[in-house]
Amino acid sequence: MKSRSQDQSLTDSRELDRSYDPLTGSVADDSELSTVCYRPEGIDRLVQQTNFSKKELQVLYRGFKNECPSGAVNEETFKNIYSQFFPQGDSSMYAHFLFEAFDTQNNGAVNFEDFVISLSIILRGSVTDKLNWAFNLYDLNKDGCITREEMTDIMHSIYDMMGKYTYPSMKDSAPKDHVDSFFQKMDRNNDGVVTIEEFLETCQKDDNIMQSMHMFDNVI
Amino acid sequence: MAAGVAAWLPFARAAAIGWMPVANLPMPVAPTEKSKRQDELIILNVSGRRFQTWRNTLDRYPDTLLGSSEKEFFYNEETKEYFFDRDPDVFRSVLNFYRTGKLHYPRYECISSYDEELAFFGIVPEIIGDCCYEEYKDRKRENAERLMDDQEDNKDAKLPNMTFRETMWRAFENPHTSTMALVFYYVTGFFIAVSVITNVVETVPCGSAPNQKEVPCGERYTVAFFCMDTACVMIFTVEYLMRLFAAPSRYRFMRSVMSIIDVVAILPYYIGLVMTDNEDVSGAFVTLRVFRVFRIFKFSRHSQGLRILGYTLKSCASELGFLLFSLTMAIIIFATVMFYAEKGSSSSKFTSIPASFWYTIVTMTTLGYGDMVPKTIAGKIFGSICSLSGVLVIALPVPVIVSNFSRIYHQNQRADKRRAQKKARLARIRISKTGSSNAFLHSKRNGLFNEALDSTEEEQRLSKSTSLLESQHHHLLHCLEKTTNHEFVDEQYYQQSYLDAGLQNYPSRSPSLSSQDGMTGTCCTRRSKKHHTPLPNASAATHMQPLTHTHTHQQGLQELSTIHIQPLSTSRSSLNMRVDEPAPLNCQSSQITTAIISIPTPPVTTPEGDAHLPAGPAHQNVVKVSAL
Repeated sequence: MKSRSQDQSLTDSRELDRSYDPLTGSVADDSELSTVCYRPEGIDRLVQQTNFSKKELQVLYRGFKNECPSGAVNEETFKNIYSQFFPQGDSSMYAHFLFEAFDTQNNGAVNFEDFVISLSIILRGSVTDKLNWAFNLYDLNKDGCITREEMTDIMHSIYDMMGKYTYPSMKDSAPKDHVDSFFQKMDRNNDGVVTIEEFLETCQKDDNIMQSMHMFDNVI
Repeated sequence: MAAGVAAWLPFARAAAIGWMPVANLPMPVAPTEKSKRQDELIILNVSGRRFQTWRNTLDRYPDTLLGSSEKEFFYNEETKEYFFDRDPDVFRSVLNFYRTGKLHYPRYECISSYDEELAFFGIVPEIIGDCCYEEYKDRKRENAERLMDDQEDNKDAKLPNMTFRETMWRAFENPHTSTMALVFYYVTGFFIAVSVITNVVETVPCGSAPNQKEVPCGERYTVAFFCMDTACVMIFTVEYLMRLFAAPSRYRFMRSVMSIIDVVAILPYYIGLVMTDNEDVSGAFVTLRVFRVFRIFKFSRHSQGLRILGYTLKSCASELGFLLFSLTMAIIIFATVMFYAEKGSSSSKFTSIPASFWYTIVTMTTLGYGDMVPKTIAGKIFGSICSLSGVLVIALPVPVIVSNFSRIYHQNQRADKRRAQKKARLARIRISKTGSSNAFLHSKRNGLFNEALDSTEEEQRLSKSTSLLESQHHHLLHCLEKTTNHEFVDEQYYQQSYLDAGLQNYPSRSPSLSSQDGMTGTCCTRRSKKHHTPLPNASAATHMQPLTHTHTHQQGLQELSTIHIQPLSTSRSSLNMRVDEPAPLNCQSSQITTAIISIPTPPVTTPEGDAHLPAGPAHQNVVKVSAL
């Protein structure tokens, strides 16, 4: 129970400027002016921290700032942006996992540094770094190993992006089967979890995966 | 894909790294920018005012003038800028659209000039943002109505080839079109007035003979009134029949309110004619005369105001109903109270609760006839409370109703408008969404993915029709397909295949899906290109003239189904074997032929294949022929 005076004055001021309707309890959208504004560190520092050139950072920042003028993306906006690329399915779950992976500081917002550092790993890092990043994405609770449940969640989120209208039509067991095949491939010692070493080892042996890792070399 | 997030496409593509270790199939090759241009500033000179922006900003919307190569027509070599001889003020909004992805409509701008500018720059007005859309639509509608009004005035000029019936109908509806119509209008009006006055005067007591009591004029001058009545009714009947004849839709005319009023106005006379002999029903006949007063409603054809009032009452019905209901409640309450209060007193007029209703109503409306008055003290107290509350109960809702009515009326109009607009907008959004996914499916069909493979220069140029952005987006979607081992299809096809899967056990895809034809070609060529070693079923494949639709992107089941399009070049038959044949299929060939296929050798299945495909091994000798 808050102190009465504080609460009272809050109510009064809110009613006075009419942004608060006591009947419905809704707050008018003036509070939308978020005064927080993240500014990234200097561009030179970012050039050092990442593998991007100055020009590339400029292009990235322009796009970033355009969509998020406040300087940081929250999860809603993140999901929104990502869903525009997948009109047919529901990409919110995968976007959520991505957000968790990008948000290295775990503060609910991805600012430009987080964004650009992760991008640098994915696009300009070594193959090991990329695989590490992917492992980190799958490992939802960041405990160093991927359990079956985590993988199932990830798989479901990927399959959700396909939406309903697919050919052949999506069976409910498709994600589960995929998870099974994944574990069969990756889990060497059959202990039910995939550790980072198993993951790296298997991926480095698989030509397809190695080749697809290089797909990102010229994205920017 | 909204170009506002075009800048985030690299991020979305990078995020696809999450699919890579999970995918079992190889990923398609990414489209590359052959000439990696540095982003440059371009100058747009619009009637002297210079705007500058990045080239990439304009490239976000490739199907507009500024985003496509159309702007090259406006390039000025000497000054190295693009010159447009258009309004710079409106251009501001246009350019902002590229920058922010939202198109705004400036309120001070004339709607038609704005429309013209949008048309010039190839921007569809439907994408105007929500903030400005309503204003835009309102202005546009106003403008259209204004133009339409002008047109209508012109249209009133008689068209030479209107039938007599149409002329008549127009004369009835718009009396100003011709003198005849005007004459008719005034004559009917006059007779309505005469008829109403007659009805009224009929009941006035005329001078009486000295020894008789006063009789109303109607009974004194029966014949005169009867003639007058007959004349009026004849005119009304003729008018009604003429309207009925001229009406474009007789059924609808007969159901309309005005025609019902007409009928009700003239019917009593005819019924009276039929029934004069019978004594018993003459009482009923008298009451029928009451209906003659409905003739006064015929004036509503002549008066616009009456019509508006009628419509007003109709639309305000719920408010009036509420007023009535609350009044009824109050009446019942007070009547009950008064009855029980007055029960004690002798010779009380309040004999029952319904009898008290009359007192309550008279008191609450502050009429106070005085024919019923309470005698007991309690009765008087409650009586006074009743009259005081009557003032409140009646006086309060009325202004509320009036203002309510006005507000609700306008609000309803706006809400309906918005609802209609919303539906249309959602439909448009859905269309653009499916448009983007359709774009992907479409380009799949056109085999554009193959441009990344060893295709010749010429084919690359041909397939440059999609922008780099689009091709990158499509590549992304394609990677997802590979990861999950399912393909995106459109709704139609999905329904069809669902149906088919249910219907038949052996693979057959409906032949009606000519839209999916291209996929076959793409399917097979891709596969054939990727796997240089012949597939176990490659031999099977070669037997197929047109390519199957049903084999998935895996070394899987090859089932033959109906034919689809037979590509133009017949060398396609050996396409599957010639692995390094250049890719892009001309699947858009309009030449469609039928072919009979024979099922090849029993297909080899893989475990995955079985899980996904709805059918078992292809049945031999299943031949399906269809002409598309």
